Amino acid sequence: MLSMALATRTDRRPSLTRTLWASTIGKKTVMALTGLIMLGYLVAHMYGNLKIFFGPDSFNDYGHWLRVMGEPLLHEKWGLWIVRVVLVVAVVLHGVCAYQLSRRDLAARPSRYVHKRPRASYATRTMRWGGVILALFIVWHVLDLTTGTVHPGGFQPGRPYQNVVDTFSTWYGNVVYIVAMLALGLHVRHGFWSAAQTLGAGSATRDRLLRTTADLLALVLTAGFIAVPVAVMTGVVS
Amino acid sequence: MRLTLRVWRQPDPDTPGAMVTYGIDGISEDMSFLEMLDTLNEELILKGEEPVAFDHDCREGICGACGVVIDGEAHGPERTTTCQLHMRHFEDGATIDVEPWRAGAFPVVKDLVVDRSAFDRIIGSGGYITVPTGAAPEAHATPVPKPAADLAFEHAECIGCGACVAACPNGSAMLFTSAKVNHLGVLPQGAPERETRVLDMVATMDEEGFGGCTLAGECATACPKGIPLQSISMMNREFLRATVRGR
Amino acid sequence: MAETSPRPHTVNAVHPPYPPYTEYTVGAPALDTKAPDGPIAERWNRRRFEAKLVNPANRRKHTVIVVGTGLAGGAAGATLAEQGYHVVQFCYQDSPRRAHSIAAQGGINAAKNYRNDGDSVQRLFYDTVKGGDFRARESNVHRLAEVSVEIIDQCVAQGVPFAREYGGLLDTRSFGGVQVSRTFYARGQTGQQLLLGAYQALSRQIAAGAVEMHARTEMLDLIVIDGRARGIVARDLITGEISTHLADAVVLASGGYGNVFYLSTNAKNSNATAVWRAHRRGAQFANPCFTQIHPTCIPRSGDHQSKLTLMSESLRNDGRIWVPRARGDRRPPAEIPEDERDYYLERTYPAFGNLVPRDIASRAAKNVCDEGRGVGPGGQGVYLDFADAIARLGRRAVEEKYGNLFEMYERITAENPYEVPMRIYPAIHYTMGGLWVDYDLQTTVPGLFAIGEANFSDHGANRLGASALMQGLADGYFVLPSTINDYLARHPRHEPADASHPAVEEAVADTEDRLRLLLAVDGDRTPDSFHKEIGELLWEHCGMARTEEGLRKALDRIPRIREEFWRRIKVPGTGEQLNQALEKANRVVDYLELAELMCLDALHRAESCGGHFREESQTGAGEAARRDETFAYAAAWEFTGTGNPPVLHKEDLVFEYVHPTQRSYA
Repeated sequence: MLSMALATRTDRRPSLTRTLWASTIGKKTVMALTGLIMLGYLVAHMYGNLKIFFGPDSFNDYGHWLRVMGEPLLHEKWGLWIVRVVLVVAVVLHGVCAYQLSRRDLAARPSRYVHKRPRASYATRTMRWGGVILALFIVWHVLDLTTGTVHPGGFQPGRPYQNVVDTFSTWYGNVVYIVAMLALGLHVRHGFWSAAQTLGAGSATRDRLLRTTADLLALVLTAGFIAVPVAVMTGVVS
Repeated sequence: MRLTLRVWRQPDPDTPGAMVTYGIDGISEDMSFLEMLDTLNEELILKGEEPVAFDHDCREGICGACGVVIDGEAHGPERTTTCQLHMRHFEDGATIDVEPWRAGAFPVVKDLVVDRSAFDRIIGSGGYITVPTGAAPEAHATPVPKPAADLAFEHAECIGCGACVAACPNGSAMLFTSAKVNHLGVLPQGAPERETRVLDMVATMDEEGFGGCTLAGECATACPKGIPLQSISMMNREFLRATVRGR
Repeated sequence: MAETSPRPHTVNAVHPPYPPYTEYTVGAPALDTKAPDGPIAERWNRRRFEAKLVNPANRRKHTVIVVGTGLAGGAAGATLAEQGYHVVQFCYQDSPRRAHSIAAQGGINAAKNYRNDGDSVQRLFYDTVKGGDFRARESNVHRLAEVSVEIIDQCVAQGVPFAREYGGLLDTRSFGGVQVSRTFYARGQTGQQLLLGAYQALSRQIAAGAVEMHARTEMLDLIVIDGRARGIVARDLITGEISTHLADAVVLASGGYGNVFYLSTNAKNSNATAVWRAHRRGAQFANPCFTQIHPTCIPRSGDHQSKLTLMSESLRNDGRIWVPRARGDRRPPAEIPEDERDYYLERTYPAFGNLVPRDIASRAAKNVCDEGRGVGPGGQGVYLDFADAIARLGRRAVEEKYGNLFEMYERITAENPYEVPMRIYPAIHYTMGGLWVDYDLQTTVPGLFAIGEANFSDHGANRLGASALMQGLADGYFVLPSTINDYLARHPRHEPADASHPAVEEAVADTEDRLRLLLAVDGDRTPDSFHKEIGELLWEHCGMARTEEGLRKALDRIPRIREEFWRRIKVPGTGEQLNQALEKANRVVDYLELAELMCLDALHRAESCGGHFREESQTGAGEAARRDETFAYAAAWEFTGTGNPPVLHKEDLVFEYVHPTQRSYA
């Protein structure tokens, strides 16, 4: 039986996607790639957010540009939808892989040690719960500022500046957002470095660089995103 | 020294185990941890109780047979194997918790003994260079650059003790598997099977029920031979390379 | 526990009704009928040519049992499977990768002459025969030297990461005072790397279904049917199940018996049961008193000591060995002034100094300790001092050369050898004796082969450094796979071994009774306490220096310990489970018999040679005196019953190519 398994494995290789999807490393690779896509998006998103400091016109124009991005090659909103589709696919793949791997990981360690001790770094340990928090946040965030379903006060399509100010004028809007962004920082901190390892970019000489980059990314993203609610709260943006 | 030991006792794989407390006196700080367990066992035998079962053999830190989790840490507080851990690293009067490796792929056999045969099956699925006896070319026919030989050696040092799996929150065998993949992968002799090796070994590793890697880094911290965490990244690179071009 | 009626073999329980053990008889000479003649360099080729072959299509119908997965066993199992045989292999460890070959540090010799320093097959042959103090067979040793070059090729191809030069070629070093650099190494872990190479080759065959591997399974008896070895009785160490495995040939690669001394550098579970049970079933045991004692081990720290750890012999290249001049001098070493120190090796052997051979260095250490000048706990140690080397070469250079050894020493002793001199003491390390085998490595039981440290063949009375790995791999990869063909071809498989043969049932019943009895005694002493007792007795009287008086004392004492063992042994638990106390006790049963044979062999060999030093046989200068006119033979002992005097068969050793000379290092 074993020899058969050996023979088939070596002789008939499954397809690339199958190899990736069937193995833990493959799933991690999917997570790394989708994570990096989302990370790229977040950097752009944060950069765009900072336009709020240049006043409502600048910010609303930017919001408008997002809709017409890619014109005239693309039709109106097509660019935006492409980004949305890519993001949804990335989030779903990231989430599904995370879920499957987590289940597998928990099953691979069915019993705990009686003697407990703190393990690994904070960022590593919070990847799973951090991920869940971020997923919930995204739902709220979309319902709040994209569809306006749960937006406090009247949601005004095409007036993102006002919508943002409305959201961050509520205490819970600030709390949810800031907590989520702190979780994001931790997630990115381990996630970026981890993605680099998964994609095989890790090495003894590069480790410092990768860790510093991860720290920097986490810091810049968290600070950049939190700057907005802080600005609203302090009245810098109103 | 006088110690209180809380040891995991489990008569067989199917019976639930529990921590059992033993007091033990007259321990010398020059004893190894296993010699301390020997002392306990001698007392237990004379009392007609079954001694604590634990795996051990060379007691020089090289065979990889021994390994228990001491106060939550694989091989205990020092970076070495359990057989090379000495009692001088513990306080007189301390309470010490001794547990077996815990991982789904390492079922407990009895007390502190676990079944690590999954490691053998990982090696059997590709952790070798196919060279039937007598088929070898002259040793100097293929020079190996010293850095490659040294790198291969550093990974070949793995003793297969399983501390990496025991320490990993996911019970993952990535560090073990990567050590062998990289040992053979960096050598010219290992090149012809480079792709199939990593694909087959990773597939077997997954089939055996080890968890995935979340790069928590606990494995490399516990490894008594200092196999670095980067070894995993190297294997990931090998795996992706093989996936893309290996078929 | 079940009622037992002791069967005849368990009369080890009572004092032997036999004549005194020392009254052995001399039987017919042991004859190596396979030994080819003609020019020595052509013998191995000739033997291979004359050996019959098994048709490749028929090989899978032949089952070969291999016991042990060290360098010899692992290599043999893999190679036989590659040839097409069906291999059934056993090891007591949880994985074949853990066999104790893994702990060998120094290196492996091979006559590659890569250094162009005058090495050759001829020189390796000569050095090995001379190093073995002229008690090894010339033909076997020459074959070993020939095969040595192929081993390196094989291992390199397997991916063994030997040390290399910057040009990418293999590095070699000089080892154990040899004048050529023929030792290949992988830092201080050569054994590990070579073993993993063999293990990987074996794993490939296991995965391919060609080797049926039984880990955690210990051989407890040999099955001999109609005069041929046809299988083994084994115990599953997890379930306790006793099973029989039948085959066309049985290969023992179960290692040496150094653990009979309790404290040795062997692995804790290394044992003599496989070879001893084979001996009891008719395989003659050769030169059991030839044991090697390694001079540079870490001394014991107290009674709790469970094993000894070796440190590479290379330390003696730069370290200086000394003890205080005055006995009972308990001052810390730093407070002992230079003129109150005795650098006894440099004083006695000015030409070789600290680099005298292993046996001489060991004995000298014992002598100064016996004089009461030993250092450390119990006065069982001598200093190995690096202060001069550090002053001369600088700490950095010393660290580069010996850093890992110093670390290991500090981990074990908690003393920093850069500041305080190391303490070392000799320890049992290797056994040159073993099952007698002919040129084909077949024992006196047809179909039973012994390879590696389990046989007696290549090292004579003393093994050279870095030669154990060479011999294990030579036997496993190259010699046995060639010679076993001849036996299998001559015994075509027309009748498979009969599982219901009385011999099978008897072997199983013997084993089961023995285990049952061990569990039933329910006495008041642990297996370890007996093991320690027999070990200490052997160390005292059959260790570094042996006297007729001491050996007779030991021979008088051993039957009594055996008797006490069967009266007072205590083994808790049952036989149907993982029971490590039972495993241990069962091994001690065999040590208690083997120890007796070792002492008898040492007593009868009234000469000093190699690792065997008889105080009665010394030169005027206090050096070992060999007595070639009387003892130029290998002593093969035939078992006749527990405690019953054995029969001695002498195999005369003929030296055609290397003329015996007396060693001199003064």
